[in-house]
Amino acid sequence: MSFNFTVSPSFPNERISDWYIFNTWLQRSLSLPIHLELYDNFGAQRAAIAAGKVDIIHANPFDASLLVREKGFRAIARPEGPPDEMVIVSAAESPAQGIPDLQPGTRLACTDDPCVNTVGRILLEPANLDTGNTVELRRETYIQVAKAILRGEADIGFFPVAAFNALSSLVRRDIRVLVTSDTQVIQHVFLVGPALHDRVDEMTHLLLTMHETDKGRSMLEALGASRWQNVQQEDVEFMIDIISTLTQ
Amino acid sequence: MNLDHISGDPVEHVLTHADGTRRRVYVTSIEKPYPHGKLIVSRTDTAGIITQCNQSFVDMSGYAREELIGQPHSLLRHPGMPAAAFRDLWDTVKAGHQWHGYVKNLRKDGGHYWVHAAVVPNIRNGEIVGYTSVRREPSREHVAAAELQYREMNGQ
Repeated sequence: MSFNFTVSPSFPNERISDWYIFNTWLQRSLSLPIHLELYDNFGAQRAAIAAGKVDIIHANPFDASLLVREKGFRAIARPEGPPDEMVIVSAAESPAQGIPDLQPGTRLACTDDPCVNTVGRILLEPANLDTGNTVELRRETYIQVAKAILRGEADIGFFPVAAFNALSSLVRRDIRVLVTSDTQVIQHVFLVGPALHDRVDEMTHLLLTMHETDKGRSMLEALGASRWQNVQQEDVEFMIDIISTLTQ
Repeated sequence: MNLDHISGDPVEHVLTHADGTRRRVYVTSIEKPYPHGKLIVSRTDTAGIITQCNQSFVDMSGYAREELIGQPHSLLRHPGMPAAAFRDLWDTVKAGHQWHGYVKNLRKDGGHYWVHAAVVPNIRNGEIVGYTSVRREPSREHVAAAELQYREMNGQ
């Protein structure tokens, strides 16, 4: 029997091969057949979760809520480093200098990333902007979100900080950051589903010691992390409680 | 509150809490603007005693972290907030539901800051083990409306 591993689609495309390398290492280390399935978008990944096709996942914080509270997944680690923050940007020549300058009718470009979109919507509240008085333009990728702003199709765009920083300096030169989130608490987590609960201790030890070898460090670096950090179930429950206040 | 920590021209108030205890506070008209992009997060036990808070909570309150942990959350209660608002908050979260509202918080220096607050009960194994409060930046229109409503509720 093979187990299914997936990664939240929010990571940059250039890391696809690095996740396959990580999966090969995980399989060999655990002597366990694990199939990595990467989904193009959050909708497809959520459908796979609903269909019970996910056993291991590096999950975005919003999906973690569903997986932990409703699907019995256990959190075992999270990448060490700053939390997942996002930015709201406009074109550099936009008259808006900050969020309060935005007006009803604002056109916003975003992907289907639930984490970025929820925090972004909260950061628009000081301008009294919501889904009822803004126009949302969904794009497949963050490059397309940037293009929508530069072409004047959208007034603002939502980006994860990492995706924004990955834009070329030429693109960033023509874009102004209106606000950067500083939630301090929202972060991706590595979750293991009920079918593998008997391997949780082994998997936790494997991840938490991964940085101790040259090969492990190099794989982590390729994935944008320096090491995995221990996470207690209560840490994730706390994060889920926080997220629940943002989605109501 | 200690007058030595107050900046500006303070007015003295005596607050009566739900448990009947009274507390003298000093209030100025100085508002500290909400920091853009931040969430202010804190956690209490079931009795409302602060057990955990993030750096934004510390920064906005004006207290040191050590002065906050172990203290009742009502440390931040501003006399402009009607007691009925907090009664509604506690009734809601004790019943296992989320509470949302606009709150004027009192700083250590007598100033204040407005937040859009949400309080959620921490339910573990079917039991409420504490409460988490998450505050975000409110719009000025909502602050103005809340201020008016609270004045009316306070009979001012």
